[in-house]
Formats: sequence, C-alpha cells, structure tokens
Amino acid sequence: MTAVTASPTATPPTPPAPIQDKDGLLDKVLRARELTIAAALILLVVATTIANPRFLSAQGVEDIFLNASILTLLAVGQTLVVVTRNIDLSVGSVVGLVAFVTGKLVTDGHSIAFAVIVGLVIGVVCGLVNGLLVSFCRVPALVVTLGMLYVIKGIDYYIAEGQQINAANVPQGLLDLGSGGFLGVPYLPVIAVAIMFIVGYYLRAYPSGREFYAIGSNPEAARLAGVPISKRVLTAYVVNGLLAGVAGVLWLSRFGTVVADNAAGWELTVVSAVVVGGVAIVGGVGTVYGAALGALLLTTIGSVLVVLKVNSFWQDALTGLLLLLAISADRLVSLRVARTLRKRSAARHGS
Amino acid sequence: MAPDLIARRAPALGKILRWDVLVGVMLVAVFGAGLGTNENFGNSDNIAFALSDLAEIALIALPMTLLVVCGEVDLSVASVLGLSSALTGYLWNAGWTFETIVPFVLVVGAICGLVNGLLVTKLGLPSLAVTIGTMTLYRGLAYVVLGTEAVSEFPQVYSEWATETVPGTAIPYSVALFIVLAIITGLLLHATGLGRSLFAIGNSEDAAFFAGIRVKRIKLILFVVTGFVAAFAGIVFTLRYGSARADNGAGLEMSVIAAVLLGGVDFDGGKGTLGGVIAGVLLIGVLRNLLMLDDVSTEVQAIVTGLLLVISVLAPRLAVLYREGRSRRRAVAEASASG
Repeated sequence: MTAVTASPTATPPTPPAPIQDKDGLLDKVLRARELTIAAALILLVVATTIANPRFLSAQGVEDIFLNASILTLLAVGQTLVVVTRNIDLSVGSVVGLVAFVTGKLVTDGHSIAFAVIVGLVIGVVCGLVNGLLVSFCRVPALVVTLGMLYVIKGIDYYIAEGQQINAANVPQGLLDLGSGGFLGVPYLPVIAVAIMFIVGYYLRAYPSGREFYAIGSNPEAARLAGVPISKRVLTAYVVNGLLAGVAGVLWLSRFGTVVADNAAGWELTVVSAVVVGGVAIVGGVGTVYGAALGALLLTTIGSVLVVLKVNSFWQDALTGLLLLLAISADRLVSLRVARTLRKRSAARHGS
Repeated sequence: MAPDLIARRAPALGKILRWDVLVGVMLVAVFGAGLGTNENFGNSDNIAFALSDLAEIALIALPMTLLVVCGEVDLSVASVLGLSSALTGYLWNAGWTFETIVPFVLVVGAICGLVNGLLVTKLGLPSLAVTIGTMTLYRGLAYVVLGTEAVSEFPQVYSEWATETVPGTAIPYSVALFIVLAIITGLLLHATGLGRSLFAIGNSEDAAFFAGIRVKRIKLILFVVTGFVAAFAGIVFTLRYGSARADNGAGLEMSVIAAVLLGGVDFDGGKGTLGGVIAGVLLIGVLRNLLMLDDVSTEVQAIVTGLLLVISVLAPRLAVLYREGRSRRRAVAEASASG
C-alpha cells in the first residue's frame, strides 16, 4: 500500500487534470456538468410550483428528500464503480435481499444491532464477490453483475418464499430511523449527505482516490504508473456493496413493509441517476455530487409527474428520454471540449 | 478468427477444448440426463412446448450475436418486444387487421433499432448507456400505448400459427422459421466477407476502419435489424400467449445475453460462433424445461441462469489466466536454466 500510493499518482495521468489547469473557461464548462443539473432541478421546481403551489409544501419537500436519500446512497456507490470503467447491475437485488433478511431477523426477535450488522455484512459479501470476479478474474463487469443480479434475486425469493415483513412487527426504533428526525431534520437525508461528502472528499483529496479516475480514464497508463488496479476496483465494489447494504437497511426502516421483490429493477434507476449526474459510463469522469444531484433530479421528476397529475405510464418513458438527453448532451460537451483543446494546441505549436 | 491460443499450440486438443464445443457437449449431457430422469421430458408434446417457449429468445439471439461480435450490445430488445406487443393489442382493439398490424409493428421495431444505432454511431455513445436509456423509454412507451390492460381476443387462425407444429414433426412454425434464419445468419457470419468484417470490427474498430470497412454503417444496420427482429419476436410472443401486454417479455434481454455469452461469444467482441450461441440457447431452454418439469421454483431457475452466466464468462477467462501463468512460469524456468 505505502510503496504504491507513494508513487507519483497524486497527479494521475488523466485528461481531467491537464484540462483544468490551463484554461478558466474550459474549467467552467467541465464544472458546468453539476451546474447544469442543479439549474435543471431549480427550473423544474420553480415551474412546478407555479403550476401547483402545493408542490413546495413542507411535507412534499420532505418526501422528496426521504425518497431521494436511498437512491443517493446507491448512486454514490455506483459512481465509485462506474468511475473505474465498471458497472454493478446487482445493487437492486442486494437492496432487496438486505431489506428482507434484516426485516426477517428483527421480526424473529433478534436485536436491531445484530440484524443491521448481518444486513451490512450481506452487502459487503455481495460486493466482495462481484469485486473479486471483476478485478482478479478480469471478467466483464456487465456480464458478471448481470449474473449476480439473478443469483442474489433468486436467493432473496428463495428465503422469502412469498412471505412479507409487516411494519407492525418491525421494532419502532428501526422505523424511527426511517421516518424520524432530530430537531425536525430527518435522519435519512443526513445519513445520505454525510456519506456522499465522505466518499466525495476521499475521491478528490486522497491520492488513492484520484487513482479511481486514473483507472477509468486509461487503464493501461494507470497500470504503467503503478496504480494497484485490482485492489482499487475491489474497493469500489466492496464499498458499493456496503452502501447497498446500508440502503437495504434504510429501505426497511423507511417502508417497514417489505416483500421479496423490493427494489427490483432499481439497478437501472441507479445507473440512470449516475449517468444523468454526469458520470461517464466509459469511466474516468464524474463526481459523487453530480450523481447525488442526478438522484435528486430523478426523484423530483417522479414527484412532479404526480403533482401535475401526469399519467404515471409516462414516467418510464420520460425517465428514459431524460437519460438519453443527458448522455447525449454530455457527449456533445466533451466533443466540443476536445475540439477546442485540439485547436488550441495546434495554434500553440503553429506559433 | 475464433481459434484461440490453445488451438495454435495443439490443434487436436484445441478443437475439443473450445468453449462452444464444450457447451454442445454439456447440452447433450443435460439432454441425456433429462431423458433418463424424467419420463415426460422426451415426449414430443413437451419438446414442442420447450422449443416454442424458446422461440423469442432464440430469434433475438441471432442479431444479438452479430452485435456482440462487433463489440456492441442492445439491452432494449425486451422493451421493443413489449412495445410491439402493446401496439399489436392496441391496434387490434382499434380495428386494424393483422395484415396491416404486422408490417406497421415491424417498422416501429426497426425505428427503435434505428434510434439506438444513430445514438451509438453518430454521437459515438457507448451502446450500453444508450440501450439502458432506450430500454426504459421503449418500455415506458409500451405502457403509454396500452397501460396495464391486456388484449386477448385474437382469432384462432393467428394464435395457432405460434403454437402449432409443422405437420409430422415436433417443430413449431416459429422454430422452423428460426432454423431458416439461423442458417442464413450462420452463413453470413462465418462464410462471407461481411462476417469477417464483423469480427474485424470487434477486434479493433480503428484497424477495421483503416482497412476500409464501413464500421458505422454496418453497426447502424445491425441495430436496425435487431429492433426489427425484436418486434417480430413481440408478435410471436403475443400470439403464443394469446395476450398483448405492455410488460410482456420483461427481463428477456438478460436471457438473450446469457445465451449469447454462454455460447462463447466474447463480450469484448471479435470472438464467437453462431453454433455456440445456438447450443447456448438450447442449453438454457433444456435446463429451464427440466427445472419446470421437476417443479423447481422460478427462483431456483433464476439462480441457475445467473450462475450459468457467471460461469460462462469465468471459465474461459480462468483458462486464459491459467495458461498465462503457466507460460510465465515456463519463461522464468527457462531464464533461470540458461542464466
């Protein structure tokens, strides 16, 4: 660890670094990824509030934040994985499994602490299996995590056998975590935001954090620079698994009533949030803050459609459309940046 | 293009050890085990049922193989299937005849594929991201068209087509059609210059481009064909179950991709055989049928599919890692012996 992280990877050989230090305008364009999402979000909220003032009621806002919290946790974990040019499609299944097992344990009379720890351990183990397969066996992440999606979901259904966990049997202490708060601030968003800042700070400020970007933007260069690729990728998956475990526990505490197919299909919502948030699916670009904004935006759109009484059948179609717009816009911006850079470097060499 | 390192070193052994051949052997073994352990497995009704149950996966697996060989993937196929099913139901309710519904739905499917293809080739976006987006979009549109309704009063004539077998055999019409299409696809992939171009694109897109292959046009056409076939599979699905629903075929893309990868097509492109894919499709179908006959729950079926998928990418990779390790050890041994 020490020998490797001491190598000159504090400024990794990635495109983002050279772009940032030269030009203020380009810097702004790149930062605009988060600014654009934030602007879209504000615009959406303002427009909806004008159409229906009740949208911004305290209850409405709290609901959005509570709903966005779990998605944010998953988006933060997924960002770690996607930044290294990988993907984890199994998170929805992990959330479902953790929520069910934790719920089963507490309703069977085990202590909350024990149940939560078991839930988190399940998340970590799932992440570990994914990570080992991807990093050490070097198999394509998409395929492996797709397979794991089935396997984990199958295990979940197998354990659940059609039962469901009822909120009435879940201890109040756990339910309070999901719906309660301290001085009027609900716990869930606080947990999500705290974790987001920890991971965000790590990625930005630590050399080993920067290495995640190095791996994603150019694996070969990262290898030559001495980045321990397998270890970092494994870390990304384990942390993602852990966060999925946290999300599963919070799911239980928020909803109380849990069936086996909870969070089924969520992996795509999470990937959507991450991609909308400006994290490039080809790796190396994006922040957890962007991903969290993406999660908030997707959740808000969901609420807006309800408030504006838009037929719920349109929700998927609009989400898909938004995802396509986001990745297209992102691509066009990065093409323009690349062209500007090429022009500038041509001019410099010409003079 | 397909032979790998072993094949070069020891041709005879390499032929036997090829993954697609192993899948074929597994298929025969599982089939034999099925005949031995379950008396219902071998009867022609069951075989006809199992085959027609596979029809949509098998049909979509054909163009999907071509896409994956050239390094792309389409996750939106099951949503296109659902959209075409929803459209079929909606238009039937609206009083269209089947003769007009079918071409219309097929054109819509081709357009769905065209949208995927344009986003991938014109904007240079990764097909994974694009088709996750269109997967959500097309499924959403399916709900917009039909909501949660189910349309089920199709005339006998049409439904029969999807369930009846070719007279005197246990082969459903849809599977007979698959066989014809599979032969065409196989010839295209393994016996024509276009097929060689696909492998070239999968191995190195840049190299293929500089060799004069029209990479983007080929990819665009493949996406359109995939959308077209997925829409056709949607019609087959609708008729087979006699029910048009927006959520038809949900999750089917996973089974298609599982079959393609199980058949030994490399997800990074450039490697694979159609024979392997067909063996993969059949293996998944036989396993599913056996599990169903033995009353094994759907959750265990899901676990088996998932494990198969993981093993299918893991096994060849472990073999490569093992060979690399062995040749490294040998090189070290030789170096220390000579030095």
